[in-house]
Amino acid sequence: MARLLKEGLLLRKLNSTARGSARKAARALASTSWHSPNGSRDVNDNNLAGCAHIGTEPALSNGSQFDLNWQQSAQPPDCQESGVSTKSGRRKTFGLSNKSAFRARRQLEGRFADFRPCGALGVIAPAGTLFGTEGGATQDRDKFTQFYLGRGYATAGQPNAAAAEARPASSDKKLFNKILIANRGEIACRVIKSCRRLGIKTVAVHSEPDADALHVRMADEAVCVGPAASTKSYLNIDAILAACKSTGAEAVHPGYGFLSENSAFVERLEQEGIKFVGPTSSAIAAMGDKIESKELAKRARVNTIPGFPDVIRDAAHAAEVAKAVGYPVMMKASAGGGGKGMRIAWSEKEVMEQYNVCHDEAVSSFGDGRIFIEKFIEQPRHIEIQLIADSFGNTFYLPERECSIQRRNQKVIEEAPSTFITPETRKAMGEQAVQLAKAVGYQSAGTVEFLVDKHRNFYFLEMNTRLQVEHPVTELITGLDLVELMLKVAAGQKLNLTQERACRIQGWALESRVYAEDPRRGFLPSNGRLRTYSEPRARPAEGGREQETVRLDTGVEEGSEISIYYDPLICKLSTHGPTREAALESMEHALDSYVVRGLTHNIPFLRSVISDPDFRSGNITTKFIQEHYPQGWQGDYLTDAQEARMLASAAALHVAKLHQQSFSIFPSGDPIKLTLTVDAGQQHEVVVSPVSDVTGEYDVKLDGSKIAVQLLTPNPGQPHLVDVDFDGKKQPMSFQIIKKLPRGFSILFAGSQHDVLIERPDQAAMAKHMPPPRVVDYSKFLRSPMPGALISVAVKEGQNVSPGAELAVVEAMKMRNVLRAEQEGVVKAVSAKVGSVLAADQVIIEFE
Amino acid sequence: MRYSAKQCNLERVLLAAAVPLYAASQRPFPLPLWRAFSTADAAASNDVTVERSLPERPAIVQMRAVKESAMAMGGPARIQKQHKSGKLTARERVQALLDENSFLEMGQLVQHRCRDFEMDKKQYPGDGVVTGSGLINGRPVFVFSQDFTVFGGSLSETHALKICKVLDKAMQVGAPVIGLNDSGGARIQEGVMSLAGYADVFQRNVLASGVVPQLSMIMGPCAGGAVYSPALTDFTFMVRGTSHMFVTGPDVVRSVTGETVTQEELGGADSHTTKSGVAHGAWNNELDALAALRQLFDYLPLSNREKAPQLLSLDPANRVTPSLDLVVPRDTNVAYDMHEVLEKVLDNGELFEIMSDYAKNIIVGFARMEGHTVGVVANQPMVQAGCLDIDASVKGARFVRFCDAFNIPLVTFVDVPGFLPGTGQEHGGIIRHGAKLLYAYAEATVPKVTVITRKAYGGAYDVMSSKHLRGDANFAWPTAEIAVMGAKGAVEILFRGKPASVIAEETRRYEERFANPYVAAGYGFVDDVILPRDTRARICKELRVLQTKALENPYKKHSNCPL
Repeated sequence: MARLLKEGLLLRKLNSTARGSARKAARALASTSWHSPNGSRDVNDNNLAGCAHIGTEPALSNGSQFDLNWQQSAQPPDCQESGVSTKSGRRKTFGLSNKSAFRARRQLEGRFADFRPCGALGVIAPAGTLFGTEGGATQDRDKFTQFYLGRGYATAGQPNAAAAEARPASSDKKLFNKILIANRGEIACRVIKSCRRLGIKTVAVHSEPDADALHVRMADEAVCVGPAASTKSYLNIDAILAACKSTGAEAVHPGYGFLSENSAFVERLEQEGIKFVGPTSSAIAAMGDKIESKELAKRARVNTIPGFPDVIRDAAHAAEVAKAVGYPVMMKASAGGGGKGMRIAWSEKEVMEQYNVCHDEAVSSFGDGRIFIEKFIEQPRHIEIQLIADSFGNTFYLPERECSIQRRNQKVIEEAPSTFITPETRKAMGEQAVQLAKAVGYQSAGTVEFLVDKHRNFYFLEMNTRLQVEHPVTELITGLDLVELMLKVAAGQKLNLTQERACRIQGWALESRVYAEDPRRGFLPSNGRLRTYSEPRARPAEGGREQETVRLDTGVEEGSEISIYYDPLICKLSTHGPTREAALESMEHALDSYVVRGLTHNIPFLRSVISDPDFRSGNITTKFIQEHYPQGWQGDYLTDAQEARMLASAAALHVAKLHQQSFSIFPSGDPIKLTLTVDAGQQHEVVVSPVSDVTGEYDVKLDGSKIAVQLLTPNPGQPHLVDVDFDGKKQPMSFQIIKKLPRGFSILFAGSQHDVLIERPDQAAMAKHMPPPRVVDYSKFLRSPMPGALISVAVKEGQNVSPGAELAVVEAMKMRNVLRAEQEGVVKAVSAKVGSVLAADQVIIEFE
Repeated sequence: MRYSAKQCNLERVLLAAAVPLYAASQRPFPLPLWRAFSTADAAASNDVTVERSLPERPAIVQMRAVKESAMAMGGPARIQKQHKSGKLTARERVQALLDENSFLEMGQLVQHRCRDFEMDKKQYPGDGVVTGSGLINGRPVFVFSQDFTVFGGSLSETHALKICKVLDKAMQVGAPVIGLNDSGGARIQEGVMSLAGYADVFQRNVLASGVVPQLSMIMGPCAGGAVYSPALTDFTFMVRGTSHMFVTGPDVVRSVTGETVTQEELGGADSHTTKSGVAHGAWNNELDALAALRQLFDYLPLSNREKAPQLLSLDPANRVTPSLDLVVPRDTNVAYDMHEVLEKVLDNGELFEIMSDYAKNIIVGFARMEGHTVGVVANQPMVQAGCLDIDASVKGARFVRFCDAFNIPLVTFVDVPGFLPGTGQEHGGIIRHGAKLLYAYAEATVPKVTVITRKAYGGAYDVMSSKHLRGDANFAWPTAEIAVMGAKGAVEILFRGKPASVIAEETRRYEERFANPYVAAGYGFVDDVILPRDTRARICKELRVLQTKALENPYKKHSNCPL
């Protein structure tokens, strides 16, 4: 009942302030005491955060930005920590109209039935997505609007009898009072979010340089477990156990990586009587060994890649083995590598022909003629099945995840479900995965990875006994909270699921892994401070588009440091829509409006993959990246239509800026002629006719065609991000101003960066006299490809070097990178000292 | 305007009448005039349309001819040469600098008066400099643009007179002056008249100093005495690769000192923006440079009688930037980029930096708060820990004085560990140069808002717009340490000769006592300790209040700033 009272109060507050100053409204809300008589903390905080959020929505209607933190008093700690802010960067994420308090109020009243709860984080889900704890009870909550804030949760519901039961998990027995999260970064934050919702107190551990990290500030308590190096901090079992004891944590969630699959750690916890939120140490050990796990899989009648474990004697033997394995087969030199000594045979005849060639090649290349035969997987895809199992023998499989977009076995983009998997295959894969899990007595969440060929044959690769990095896509389409389920299992509770529920698919989800790395330089890691960091938002539901979901799993915020000590993951960006196309479009928009400055990142590369026709048609294999970018990724290109839109919006932006200057000579309304030049190339004549500076509408004539541009960003001076709509289609897209140039902008448009010069035609006519920009010839220099330490220099002054010769070794991110000569030359000078710290592009060696 | 054959012939006939007029004035007919017609002639053979139905009067035809000759500058060959070297002509520059069709030319037909060296036979209307007024984004400005195609842009008596006229007018009207310099130097043929001309310009530069902003853009050679006019103006900018400034060129340098040096090394844009500090900025080409000059102009008031312009600002004054709370590292010995602080505090994160490549340990430049121009001065901990040295002091002092002269409020960000020690600095006169910055801040009567982000040690604390120098609003972040010196140094002096354990303990105690803003705040030397995230909102509010600040220094003929 307390809940209903609060909502009534909220509505009254909103009513009374909707017409007044937005700031007042927010203040009124922030200062309201929300402590309910039953004292249930989770619900309180949830309500608080949610209401505060709605309350500040009106602030946006007058075009000003506003942050609750502006009010330093009377603010719930939860809000402050969880960054409940109404900076425009967030508002659309929640599907709330930004126009007026009125609409926010209507949503509260539940008239907008199209917003329904969903089990994911940081989002409002479209209609039809079920709220996910478990099973049938969830439908009862259909009438509730559930706000999950980016870094917290909030609930607001309609007065309804079901409301009393609608508290997430709180109707169940309390899982734990306090748990420790033995991890850092986004996964630690992810676990804390679920814990908060479940009313579980959290303990973060951190290394010394992570003292200011987001996960530390989100947790209820934090313990420093050692210096920067992970071996001394996040992998320091003794320190983490000590932290458990000192804080009284009842369980440890390991996240992924670090100690998540360390059976010794689990054993220690078991000895100490601390629960491990994950499988038993024996299951970890069994699945940790690649050979043993394959044997186990075979015994559990799980498909494994057919092959002959021993050496082939001769061609005839090869043919015999090949027949048993099934065509096509791959003959591999046991000492092989780099494609040498590898042959694919599709028939017995080919096996006979190729065997000797392969054998000879193996002998000549490796001096070792031993050949193995294995089933050749045609057009392989990496598809995995998520499992959840409890200690009562219930094991359920969840829908598959397609993780074929990989770079050097590192997943880049994942999606669920897979475009390739039929319900029958899904069932078969799921059942085999369950068989395997049952065979090892698995409990908690786990993932069975399969390789799937073009005939939808699937073969077991390995089992990961932890929460996977890419679990958000599964959560988005199932509405289940995997962390919550893991906590339940760890607390010894029974999973209240059915197989039908566990594998119920709602819509489509994609995940892009945003990394601090340089895609133009072979994906070398970059590091530094996130100087500007503004997360993307979902597009508003208009123009016949259903509300989409953008979920961000991140452990960083503006001002955070991506350090050289840990994984350079910035964020897992997931989108969910009713169809794959909607999720893809939403992902494009999210990537375009994701502002990350201060270090190099892979967002343009992700954008390039997402818009690739093969990717869009679902025609992908694990070799997608190496096949589509054989020379590495060197930037994306714009289509003519995209370029026209970029030019039109740049011109409109320029005019908006001219008008912003109050002493501008241009009276609003007069068409303005401009000449635009892209990357010092062709000049385009543009005429901009302002329709309205207030609504940001401009008619742009460009090379004969007409484009109606509407700048949606309220502030033409906003330095980084511009939202724009074309031809009134309500399909807004975002582009970014990377840099202001003296005569224009450097623009990032659809993942492709261009310098756009904007001049008066008479000025542009003079441009032909300008000298071409000075290009520094770097072929005479060896420059450090990344920031790092110079470990060694292999050459001396005056030395001749030939192509491929080692020149220097630079260490970054614990990786030693050998820099080699690209051409012949004589060393003129060694400019950097061994042992010194190098900046990116710093000259190491100069050649004559 | 197209000429038909018939008309052209007619004009030629009429012009024949004009020629004797010129002959009577004993001035040779300007050569370009013929050229203008010969091109028209060439076009005429194919062109039979008649666009003008009536022949014009001889007087008008004559006027056209004279004006065309003025517009033709030094002739196509020299113009082509100018273009080939990546430079625009004097007129093109004016056109690119000003709003479209806003240029009002003065003295277009001025001719030199030299009779020696057969100079009387060489006349180019305008005499190598284009002068006048125009608009930049709708606001008036006076311009002179030297024409390298006419006598190498050399300065004659009349050339100087034209510039003087521009400066005089600008002072009367109260509008800034922009000089586009592209001149080989004095017109040797005119001897002392040319030198007199320079001095006349210098005198007016000095008189105009502090009355109207004066901006110089060096777009070609600028050598000998010519350098002192830009040097007397408020800001000097250059174009990379095509502009040079030196008192004596490489040839003289070689003959006098034996040094071999290229023009570029001696006085190129890079030398002057990084080593000498003569130039306040440089751009890669002329169009970029002129576009940037327009941007700078928008920050400046028209004269000392006016306030700086206000632009409509859509960047909310109460924008909160939580990431500023994380900017200052936990370890006080670790640097951070002050540019980031500025980016997050100023309107739209925009700063028009002055001398960005010189004395990088201090950042100065123009920005806006709520659309109002402010002058920003900030120590840069990334470079030499942000300490003050000779170059930084002079750079800061000159900027502060400009802002004070033109009613531009000063916003100062302080993270300064002190003055740079060493014989180089002491013998170089850090005392008198450092005094310049102190003097400038102490003298300034404009609104002064100061934020101490971290260190404010010793005399440098006093210098950097402290409360004691009539600071209007002085704030500190919680990370601020306001003390005579760092803990270690202080304790080593106070407890000289004591064992290390005592030193360590006393250091800890010193840090506890002094490494914070609260002692200073307790004395009222810091008005408030603020959350970094609220810095923008607080500065905006303070500046709003201070808009009507009125403060006058005691009467004096002029002050005696240490030079």
